[in-house]
Amino acid sequence: MACTHRIPPERDLVYLYDGSFEGLCCCIYQSFRAREVPAAIFSENACQATLYPIHRIETNPAIARRVLRGLAQKVSPMAADLVRLGFLTCHTEKERLILRFSHLAFAVGAGAVDMIQDDTVCALRKAVQFLHNEAHLCKEFLRFSECEGGLSARISPKNFVLPLVVPHFADRLPEEHFLIFDSTHAAAAYYEPYRACFFPAERFDLPPADECEANWRRLWKQYHKIIAIEGRENPLCQMTHCPKRYWGNMTEFSSRPEIAGTVPAVKQLPTAIGR
Amino acid sequence: MELFDKLTILGYAAKFDAACTSSGVDRPGEAGKLGNAVSCGICHSFAADGRCISLLKVLLTNHCIYDCQYCVNRRSNDTRRAAFTPRELADLTIAFYRRNYIEGLFLSSGVVRSPDYTCELMIRTLELLRGEYRFGGYIHAKAIPGADSALLARLGLLCDRMSVNIEMPSQQSLHLFAPDKSKHSILGPMGYISGRIQESRADLVQYRSAPAFAPAGQSTQMIIGATPDSDFQIMTLSEALYRRYGLKRVFYSAYLPVGTNRLLPTAAPPLLREHRLYQADWLLRFYGFQAGELLDAAHPDLNPYLDPKCGWAVAHLEQFPIEVNTAPYERLLRVPGIGVRSAKRIVAARRMGSLGFPDLKKAGVVLKRAQYFLTCRGKMLEGLRIKGDSVLRALLSENSAARLPAEQAPEQLSLFSPAIPKTQNPKEAFPWLAPTESRPSGT
Repeated sequence: MACTHRIPPERDLVYLYDGSFEGLCCCIYQSFRAREVPAAIFSENACQATLYPIHRIETNPAIARRVLRGLAQKVSPMAADLVRLGFLTCHTEKERLILRFSHLAFAVGAGAVDMIQDDTVCALRKAVQFLHNEAHLCKEFLRFSECEGGLSARISPKNFVLPLVVPHFADRLPEEHFLIFDSTHAAAAYYEPYRACFFPAERFDLPPADECEANWRRLWKQYHKIIAIEGRENPLCQMTHCPKRYWGNMTEFSSRPEIAGTVPAVKQLPTAIGR
Repeated sequence: MELFDKLTILGYAAKFDAACTSSGVDRPGEAGKLGNAVSCGICHSFAADGRCISLLKVLLTNHCIYDCQYCVNRRSNDTRRAAFTPRELADLTIAFYRRNYIEGLFLSSGVVRSPDYTCELMIRTLELLRGEYRFGGYIHAKAIPGADSALLARLGLLCDRMSVNIEMPSQQSLHLFAPDKSKHSILGPMGYISGRIQESRADLVQYRSAPAFAPAGQSTQMIIGATPDSDFQIMTLSEALYRRYGLKRVFYSAYLPVGTNRLLPTAAPPLLREHRLYQADWLLRFYGFQAGELLDAAHPDLNPYLDPKCGWAVAHLEQFPIEVNTAPYERLLRVPGIGVRSAKRIVAARRMGSLGFPDLKKAGVVLKRAQYFLTCRGKMLEGLRIKGDSVLRALLSENSAARLPAEQAPEQLSLFSPAIPKTQNPKEAFPWLAPTESRPSGT
């Protein structure tokens, strides 16, 4: 069941925004004002060829704040969260989903987030669930290396999980300095007591391990090896819980005695950081 | 001895403990400290046997004065022995924790000199971590049976979770294989700990700064498959432990042949049985089932082919089908293919409009199993036929289906004999069910 009657008719035009979350909020604003839903919303970073007329949406932080406040107050804080988190997902049509969800949310109210009957809500919730799952896996499988007192790590998630992962580590390691580099989105986060900042980063090379660091890695690898019970090997179960795409950044699965790797070239520039 | 060798020996010696969870307590980090705790628990890696590694699970020492037949660290076993100093272990924990290798420490120990002495060594290690290193991560400590309760009290204030292993599912088995331990030496500390946890919770209600005693609760573990105890006995015991001692978890550990005692089996560990027991355990804790509903004296073992929830459902066909749009949450939970998450989603979504079968799929329901037990808007799934072995195949997991004896024709299947007895006439409800008295071979 798709509640299409609550969403304005689709028009033959395309919105183009600057790729930031504020920009997307302005698209929502424009869509409400003109009572129209565009055929697609493109970001400047990933613009595609199209035959439809392009409508460029200017980013205005004040309008973006208004849209978010409206969602949180007139619909529910959960709806605003779904929109905010939806923007961090890797869903290829996240802009369209978020826009359609916003229309639905203002039409039906706080219950919109629970409407799995609706295809848009269902798809958006699935995408956000994937984001949450991946953020949790990153909290599990991220590995820090120590160099001159600071910690650094590399992750390669599909969704943009940094804004969810960094607060976790900031709470956990309040007195440390650490850097987390996201190679998929060419972005990084740096934390020092007690503040964090996010910035675009094309590449980041983990520093080579010194003797002390290499020693702890050896101990960890050994522990990982001996804790398995012989005769109960279950590689399928292992891979189900810890998918192989995470192994590349994990100390215990590296066959080299030390990781002193370089980061492969990255394809696209980061989009703006949510929250 | 090098730290590397110590870790090898003492990690190896601890690995047969099943518990490795870091859940049950939310403790935010604090400026000036290291570490926090998250109530959902975080696994940090998975070993080659597929088990999660959440905590650094080691023994303080594997020297032991006891001679329990099922244990690798028993006195009479010829194995290498080692011991961490409290400082070594604290350094190791901190180094691993900072690198996000682990969620905390799981500290157990062989009994060296006396239970009291061993307990004091453990306390010294934890005091070092919590005090000097200002460690706020998760700590699971194993209570040493026979240690003085004053020592247990100190240990409980330093750790998040405590556990006393019940070891064997019955007193006779315990007497046979762990002659140095008695029922009293295990249940005594368990009762003491559960009392202190309750006290501490009551205090925390009144005074926010009251010291928390094992805030993540208490757990235990038993070895299954080493002794002839039935699943019914085991589940009844677990249920009593959850009720009487307020335990958070009971762990089941399939017996691995490590001993030389003639009384112990040497066959492969009963992994499937362990799996079924965990499934039944989940039903007790999250699905509102009681042990007596799943098993009884006449049917003391869980069906090896069918998961316990399906088994219960086919034995209680008179309670089905249920209507998705009106059934209370508790009834939804009892449908095979509906879990806690999907039941909650259904309850939330049906407020916004009635649900059809395609919507159930979106809610995460496994329709393959659930379709036989549900109606949506008063109707069964269109085109659904209860015929031949299709229902059976649907209710079995893929693994179970693969394990079916190949030569067995569908109409001769006797799988449901242990689970089916409570229906008046299962043949009428599901004609392909042909109950016989024998259990399938090869289990």
